[in-house]
Amino acid sequence: MWEGENILQNNDLAIEAEGLVKVFGKERAVDGVDLAIQKGTVYGFLGPNGAGKTTTIRMLATLLPADAGKARIFGHDLVSDSAAIRRRISLTGQYASIDEDLTGVENLMLIARLMGYTRGQARSRAMELLEAFGLERAAKRQVKKYSGGMRRRIDIAASIVVTPDLLFLDEPTTGLDPRSRNQVWDIIRALVRAGTTVLLTTQYLEEADQLADRIGVIHNGKIIAEGTSNELKASVGRGTLNVQLVNAEDQWRAQAILEEKLDAAVHLGADSTSLTAQADDSARVAEALAEFAEQRIDVSDFSLGRPSLDEVFLTLTGKSADQQHASEEETL
Amino acid sequence: MTVQLQTKNSIGTDSSIDERLHQAIASGKRPEPPNAFASTMAFASRALLRIKHVPEQMFDVTVFPIIFLLMFTYLFGGAIAGSTRDYLQFLLPGILVMTVAQITMYTGIDLNNDIRKGIFDRFRTLPIWLPSALIGALLVDVIRYSMASVIMILLGLMLGFRPEGGLMGVAFAIGLVLIFSFSLSWIWTTFGLIVRSEKSLMMISFLVLMPLTFVSNVFVEPETLPTWLQGFVNSNPISILATAVRGFMHGTGTWQQVAGVLVVSAIMTAIFAPLTMYLYRNKK
Repeated sequence: MWEGENILQNNDLAIEAEGLVKVFGKERAVDGVDLAIQKGTVYGFLGPNGAGKTTTIRMLATLLPADAGKARIFGHDLVSDSAAIRRRISLTGQYASIDEDLTGVENLMLIARLMGYTRGQARSRAMELLEAFGLERAAKRQVKKYSGGMRRRIDIAASIVVTPDLLFLDEPTTGLDPRSRNQVWDIIRALVRAGTTVLLTTQYLEEADQLADRIGVIHNGKIIAEGTSNELKASVGRGTLNVQLVNAEDQWRAQAILEEKLDAAVHLGADSTSLTAQADDSARVAEALAEFAEQRIDVSDFSLGRPSLDEVFLTLTGKSADQQHASEEETL
Repeated sequence: MTVQLQTKNSIGTDSSIDERLHQAIASGKRPEPPNAFASTMAFASRALLRIKHVPEQMFDVTVFPIIFLLMFTYLFGGAIAGSTRDYLQFLLPGILVMTVAQITMYTGIDLNNDIRKGIFDRFRTLPIWLPSALIGALLVDVIRYSMASVIMILLGLMLGFRPEGGLMGVAFAIGLVLIFSFSLSWIWTTFGLIVRSEKSLMMISFLVLMPLTFVSNVFVEPETLPTWLQGFVNSNPISILATAVRGFMHGTGTWQQVAGVLVVSAIMTAIFAPLTMYLYRNKK
């Protein structure tokens, strides 16, 4: 994490930020964010809606002035040197940042010409990208007629007309089906292999786990935990036992056994056949399972493993990502 | 690091597409940023493409002038001037000003939509001279204004409009309308950056333009009005423009009238163009 002024001289960092703050009215949307992101890596901001992910990205992309704190992108100051920063970054926002009335090829040509390509170069670059992204057959169709996955891809294509040194991706796969999501993941991986640094935000733990070299868990405008996926999981410490029962009516008895044998709080699954509990000691897990057999509680499946990112999130915030999401939608 | 490419889930079915993806990423070299003219032309071509794909938006510049001219000529002609033919000589220059003024909010509306849809953010992170985004669109608006003007004059000629200023006078008058309208557009781009939705913007432009166009000398000679109202009508920018347009179409235009239009246009541009750009750069 942040270690004072000397790190500002570090040439290996794509993003360095210290104490970034953004206040909207009375709400501190971003409340003191520090970042040190290595060049050529993927950094994932993980957090529910309203945690401050988008606001942080918009500040780092020179779109929104910070109320306090400072940041450097590739050594350029965010405030005094934003023009130099704009020459090296690209942003794919949460909503398709393209002209939906124009066709795919027209959109990419527009961006290419605004980047400085001549008309002819712009056309061939647009076609090259459309082919690479599997969109050549939709080249002459208006973007508003694209599917969600195609829209995301054309949006990312528009962001890499000139391959950026740093790409901001705000929730790149929200609302996509699994196939489209995998396509977007492949594109991100290919970009990183070519040397682009990626800062992405996501609400999905799996996405952060799959793509990000380091993850910052963001909650109420603050980074409450930071590290690799493995470090975050290890920080929760203990392993987790998941048990799937055959009969729902056994759930209460099974809970009592686990509480007694493992000496830990037991979470009941919503489907009333699953249980989850913290487990340090595999010998005690074996005892608990033996007790299940004794009492004729049939188990269809069980696993003992390290905690998932979801559990990390639960431990850190006291709520699961889904619950958080749901409670925020209620207040809207 | 999880940067190894997974082939099993990649786009399409053939593996050559991975190669194309890498090739496309590797060949995205950065050219020199475009100059102001090139980026303005790129934005102008975007606006033209939007007309091509959404031709309905041209209704305002084709159908409106026809309806307005027919409606007001035959509705008021007998009552105000005694004959529709005489009234048309007086009315057409004014109604041209009114019609064009009412379609000046296009770029403001498009800008408002761009902000809500996110493309605005992309433009703002590009290494371009930012005003070109608006100037390009406003230049295409000038084409709209020209179309509306030409349609209205052709229809007028068919109905018996006889401009004594000749072709040169008419062309000069249209030139004044274009300069004025380009300047007026900056007011709507300013509001387009402030208001939440395009509906609010249309309401504001209606609230401003409705009194300005009706309480002017577009329909009636100011001498027929009460004195207290004459003061407003004579200093109304729409009246200033309508007087000059009428003057040059009928061969009686003066340089004072031209200067009046240019001063009003310069004031609108000087206030609202910088204000628009300030808001554009600092939009939250």
